[in-house]
Amino acid sequence: MKLFLMLCIFAPAAVSTATIPLRARPNLQRFAGVVVALAASIAGLWTAACTLVTGDILTFHAGWTMPAGSFSLSLDGLSAVFLIPLFILSAAGAVYALEYMKESASGRNQGFAWAYYNILVSSMALVVTASNGFLFLIAWEIMSVSSFACVLHNHEQTESREAAWIYLVATHIGTAFLLVFFLFAGARCGSLDFSAFARHGFSPHASSFLFIAGLVGFGSKAGFVPFHVWLPRAHPVAPSHVSALMSGIMIKMGIYGLMRSMVMLGHFQPWWGYLLVSIGCVSGIAGVLLALGQHDLKRLLAYHSVENIGIIALGVGAGALGVSYGIPSLAVLGFCGALLHVVNHALFKGLLFLSAGSVLHAAKTARIDALGGLIKKMPATAMGFLVGSIAICGLPPLNGFISEFLVYLAGFTGLSSSSVPVFGMSAALVGSLALIGGLAAACFTKAFGTVFLGEPRSNTKSPRESGPFMRAPMYGLGAICLIIGLFFGPLSHFLAVPAGLLASVPSAQAAHEIFRVTPSLAGISYGSMLLAAAVAALFLARKALLSKRPVTTSSTWGCGYGAPTPRMQYTASSFAQPVISFFGRVLGVKPDESGPESPFPAPWKFHSHVPDLFLDNVYIPAFKAVDKGLSRLRWLQGGKVHRYVLYIAVTLIALLMWNVLWPN
Amino acid sequence: MAQLIVFRLMSPVAAFACAPVLTGMIAKTKAFFAGRRGPPLFQSYYDLIKLLQKGAVYGDTSSWIFRAGPVVSLGAALVACCLIPFASFGVPLSFSGDLIFFACLLGVMRFFTVIAALDTGSPFEGMGASREVFFSALAEPVFILGLLSVARGVPSLRMDDIFGAGIGGTLATRLLAGTTLFAVTLAENARIPVDDPATHLELTMIHEVMVLDHGGPDFAFITYGASLKLWLFCLITVRTLLPFHAASPITDSILTALCMVALAGIIGVVESVMARLRLIRVPQLLAGAGALSVLALLFGLGVMR
Repeated sequence: MKLFLMLCIFAPAAVSTATIPLRARPNLQRFAGVVVALAASIAGLWTAACTLVTGDILTFHAGWTMPAGSFSLSLDGLSAVFLIPLFILSAAGAVYALEYMKESASGRNQGFAWAYYNILVSSMALVVTASNGFLFLIAWEIMSVSSFACVLHNHEQTESREAAWIYLVATHIGTAFLLVFFLFAGARCGSLDFSAFARHGFSPHASSFLFIAGLVGFGSKAGFVPFHVWLPRAHPVAPSHVSALMSGIMIKMGIYGLMRSMVMLGHFQPWWGYLLVSIGCVSGIAGVLLALGQHDLKRLLAYHSVENIGIIALGVGAGALGVSYGIPSLAVLGFCGALLHVVNHALFKGLLFLSAGSVLHAAKTARIDALGGLIKKMPATAMGFLVGSIAICGLPPLNGFISEFLVYLAGFTGLSSSSVPVFGMSAALVGSLALIGGLAAACFTKAFGTVFLGEPRSNTKSPRESGPFMRAPMYGLGAICLIIGLFFGPLSHFLAVPAGLLASVPSAQAAHEIFRVTPSLAGISYGSMLLAAAVAALFLARKALLSKRPVTTSSTWGCGYGAPTPRMQYTASSFAQPVISFFGRVLGVKPDESGPESPFPAPWKFHSHVPDLFLDNVYIPAFKAVDKGLSRLRWLQGGKVHRYVLYIAVTLIALLMWNVLWPN
Repeated sequence: MAQLIVFRLMSPVAAFACAPVLTGMIAKTKAFFAGRRGPPLFQSYYDLIKLLQKGAVYGDTSSWIFRAGPVVSLGAALVACCLIPFASFGVPLSFSGDLIFFACLLGVMRFFTVIAALDTGSPFEGMGASREVFFSALAEPVFILGLLSVARGVPSLRMDDIFGAGIGGTLATRLLAGTTLFAVTLAENARIPVDDPATHLELTMIHEVMVLDHGGPDFAFITYGASLKLWLFCLITVRTLLPFHAASPITDSILTALCMVALAGIIGVVESVMARLRLIRVPQLLAGAGALSVLALLFGLGVMR
């Protein structure tokens, strides 16, 4: 078992890096990349499943020559829940990339792209299993840098470079907060091991400070509003399988870090729950509203990741409220909902990004308003996107409904408590979740309808359906979504161990709480199967009715207009316009007041744009101010080497004097 | 055992059999206000039978989504009828938290109707679909909070308990929640003041225009699904406002049926005396209903007595 763990963590990086020099044999590089990713996935899934089923904790410890920390790994239930979507998505992405990257990397050394991808997968596996702060930070940094390298795949384009730069800055600001977190905690405990953190009882002030540092550090990776600004820029420019991996599981590493730090800090305080629920409400609603205003398919999906991270934050917040107020059912349900949504979101977001990549690959554009009618040319991709859309809107019979149901149940449990703050937070949770669900349905009907249905809106050259290697991962992910949606009841007790760990209750009690929910999950399964049966019966009934009657085709009714064109269809911007204008003040949308002016007007353009308020009003002015302030110090960088040697000498002398005068 | 099965199945069977009467009642009431005699009470049944005997014409822009839309939306409506109890009968499908399953089944219905509308490639359907998703996005939190305020009073999370035997909750909660649910009924079922079901101007339609291209059995499925949805919303509103129970099941069924018909009459009165709201005023109506539902929730907490 430990061998499998080592294999799944280190093999992808090692093998793919070894193939980098084989520039002349790209087929070998691709083959090696895919095979090692698949092998590591199988090993990793097996290990994680065994851990969840048996409840054992795998540990591994080795010394190393670094000045601090130790090489200790530990795989418990919480890590296993995050390893499962990681390895499913990495396998799917690797198979997808076989065909997707064939043309885009011609003339370049493809080994680099495969190596960055596999190093990213390895580093994420290491982040989840590390049980020492120093090792965690090293793995976190490798994850950030390798994802930066993956995002820069199309580095010839300016937009790609700018997005990667924003991403690099954002992730390092987050890592700075994590450094503060681990250094502070390590100074208090005397060691950087997670087990030492868990044993040490932090004072309320210390744990509050650590919670804030962890929230900012991990939250910026997860994509909580207002730290989300890098997400919608970095995910669209990366290759689609990388976007699927980043959006599906890399942002969940932030959630993992937050959960792990909450476990280590123990003693939850009530305001943690309030803060997390508020962040969840704001992220969820802001994410989906910003998504509604997007014109680029992949950027729309990236904003939806922000929304779903908001839903996960709602679950974590509900769980935190349950722990701090001593309501075990609320705690277990909230954390179960959050954990399940981590897995579910990875699956359906991966599916959506892979189908969006298929569209981009075939039609060479991701602009929604330039596409249309793709369902006839690309039926498999359309089916994949439809399954992903139904799942992300949280509709039965797919898996998105199950995790939202669990978070709703947590909200209902909070609503029946007698303490007013829990009641208020739960009411806000339920209201926001309902609004998020409705708006998500608006957004995905817009995306699916405009891209796949109707007539093509521009003369893009005739797109062809993707090949089998790009379709197979979509089928696989869709099948898993359906299976979880229909049969989650028996699988639910695997969440008992991690939920119990998070909710600070014994896992037997957590299993009991989950057991109380099992009849509802069974009812949902019956209802979903009843729905499928009803639909099948009606389909057969209609077929029987129409078998003896005339069935013809004709053109769409356009009020008798004689020459309809595809440009008369509703565009995506028009579809979203009622919602955007209703929320206009909140989103900072300035309505386009101009119009054709004179009696013989010149050609006129209309452009709708939903700005990202945080980027424009907070971050860009702040960075400009910092730049202006620091530019006053530019005289220090004279460019002459002897001046720098003088700086080194002065600093050394100052340090020596400090050591002499104040020896402690 | 057989008696139990029959007892449980009566609720969906009543819904399937009697739902089109409500639309007939609304039409009769509107005709009365207009000084006409109006169509017969069972006209909806005659329309459905006529439509089922027709053929079908499909647009050449549309794909399998257009053909799947009516089937999936009626299927979701049929399953939703299995969740809400009629009079003192049981339901075939009941579990804790089935409120959310009900709301999401309506969501499935809406999702497939909207994408079937977008499949035609016509601007009319696109316009109706765009307005529909906006109003239903606002109506959904209002609906769930209204249902929750009633549920909290019972207290239970099964619709079987809330709308069946449960008579919990204060009068204030039930009145506020009932008003909220009435407003949501008008919004979700395309009634004035949100949408005019009798208009012939496509640019002003919301629900009617989304199904403009369907005909024959497809349109029969859609009309029947819409009448089932109206039945379910009326049943929820009636049971919230009047949570009584008569002695025997037969008396109870007759009384509930009469209340449903009376509520349909009230909807007809509202349709006759009011004009339809401007589209930018509809969110304000829904926001007002939302405020009422939050008040209902607070009354239930006992914060404000």
